[in-house]
Amino acid sequence: MRYLLLIYGNEQTAAAKSAEAQAAEMDAWWKYTADLQQSGQYLAGEALQPIATATTVRLANGRALVADGPFAETKEQLGGYYLIDVPNLDAAIAWAGKMPNLPDGGSVEIRPIMEFESPAS
Amino acid sequence: MTSVPESIEQVFRREHGRIIASLIRACGDFDLAEDALQDAFVQALDRWTEHGVPDNPAAWLTTAARARAIDRLRRARRGAEKEASLSELTTPDEGVLAMLDQGHDSSLEDDRLRLIFTCCHPALNLEAQVALTLRTLGGLSTTEIARAFLVPEPTMGQRLVRAKHKIRAARIPYQTPPEHLLAERLTAVLAVVYLIFNEGYAASAGDDLIRRDLCGEAIRLGRLLTALMPQEPEALGLLALLLLHDARRGARISTAGVPVLLEAQDRASWDQAAIEEGSALVERALRMRRPGPYQVQAAIAALHAQAATPEQTDWPQIAALYSVLASFSPSPVVELNRAAAVAMAYGAEFGLALIDRPMVAGALDQYRWLHTTRGELLRRLARWEEAAAAYTRALQLSDNTAERAFVTQQLAAIRTAAGEER
Repeated sequence: MRYLLLIYGNEQTAAAKSAEAQAAEMDAWWKYTADLQQSGQYLAGEALQPIATATTVRLANGRALVADGPFAETKEQLGGYYLIDVPNLDAAIAWAGKMPNLPDGGSVEIRPIMEFESPAS
Repeated sequence: MTSVPESIEQVFRREHGRIIASLIRACGDFDLAEDALQDAFVQALDRWTEHGVPDNPAAWLTTAARARAIDRLRRARRGAEKEASLSELTTPDEGVLAMLDQGHDSSLEDDRLRLIFTCCHPALNLEAQVALTLRTLGGLSTTEIARAFLVPEPTMGQRLVRAKHKIRAARIPYQTPPEHLLAERLTAVLAVVYLIFNEGYAASAGDDLIRRDLCGEAIRLGRLLTALMPQEPEALGLLALLLLHDARRGARISTAGVPVLLEAQDRASWDQAAIEEGSALVERALRMRRPGPYQVQAAIAALHAQAATPEQTDWPQIAALYSVLASFSPSPVVELNRAAAVAMAYGAEFGLALIDRPMVAGALDQYRWLHTTRGELLRRLARWEEAAAAYTRALQLSDNTAERAFVTQQLAAIRTAAGEER
């Protein structure tokens, strides 16, 4: 079963870290990714650029309205994701529980992937 | 001789958990299992009325429910084939049908542990855990659970539907947790059972019977847990705690509906059999030398229950046990209870000193029992004005009629005592 692990954290906390601390964190992420890949349960994963680079598109009066942002007043921002394939939710929780953003107060949202039946040919 | 509908009702309540647990494992679907079992009960009502109740009604029901589950799956498949030209819809797995067909009597196997751990999985919210546990293991209807928890039936129905949907969609595993997760998951299971008990314990005489019977339901679940996990001292501790509390249930509210303090309760009315069973369970649990909060609370309850008179209560021991409890689960309420025990063991002034610390009095200012306890200790110290002030504060915080009557009574007694002194 496929799950998307959405990685949330506070960008300011991350940016305020010393260069050594940031390097140590990157090492933790490389190791985490390598462990996940070695387990055979890794499908995909990416880190996202900070929320300052985000653009939002909405429909307004039938036309696409483009805006800078979002600037929702949230403490945590989506910073990246992993797509994994594991037997069940407990296995997904186990991977989420080892995520390097957790010690900094971040969180991981686990979302099961919706499976569609392939259309008849 | 019991009538047939009565027997079915009895079998239903007694065997529901076991049958549904085995059906869910076989077909992997809570809803299908529930529907099939419902079908089987309807069938049983018909057949047993005519032919009498079979020797092993649970096995009969399990077999019938399995057959009904297969029927339902086949019907769903035939329906699907008709539409196969339009799109290839989900068809029931052949493996599932084969497993259901095997007919080996897996009702002998106990799947109830898997069921408990699935119902109490931390990915479900606590309310859903409670509802699902009562629905599946307890065999209560949605209507009954809604009445017991004082919520509208559609709300409870929605809660159950969402929980079952999440189990399926997020694939919450149907299994006993592995060793490294067991302690943590067991804590969640025990918390659900304790919560069910406390809902029933909070119910008053005017409440619906089903609400009051939540205590009995929780004790049944506690017995099940200790039967399935006899080596888990905290499960034993919880069952002991429930039995010891339940033993005093009738004595703690007067016929007028006013709460009766422990020292004023009629000890002859306490259920001695429950006290003996609870005390024996605590001892058995403590001998395993893996103490935990439920065992300690049960030990405290046992000391209260075993005292023939309030004066014979072993307060120093109780005060010591509260210190142990505070080390497991530190909280202002535990500290308040410890202070009350210290006051009984060593004098009101020592208890009061423990209460009047920021971590207790500061944290619990909105908690009426803080003020009734303070009021009581101040009364014993003949500090009348402060005692009256504390009880007045408690009165402001209480919206329960019986409690207000009790506090008002205490206030009147204090004023009388203060007047006599002048």
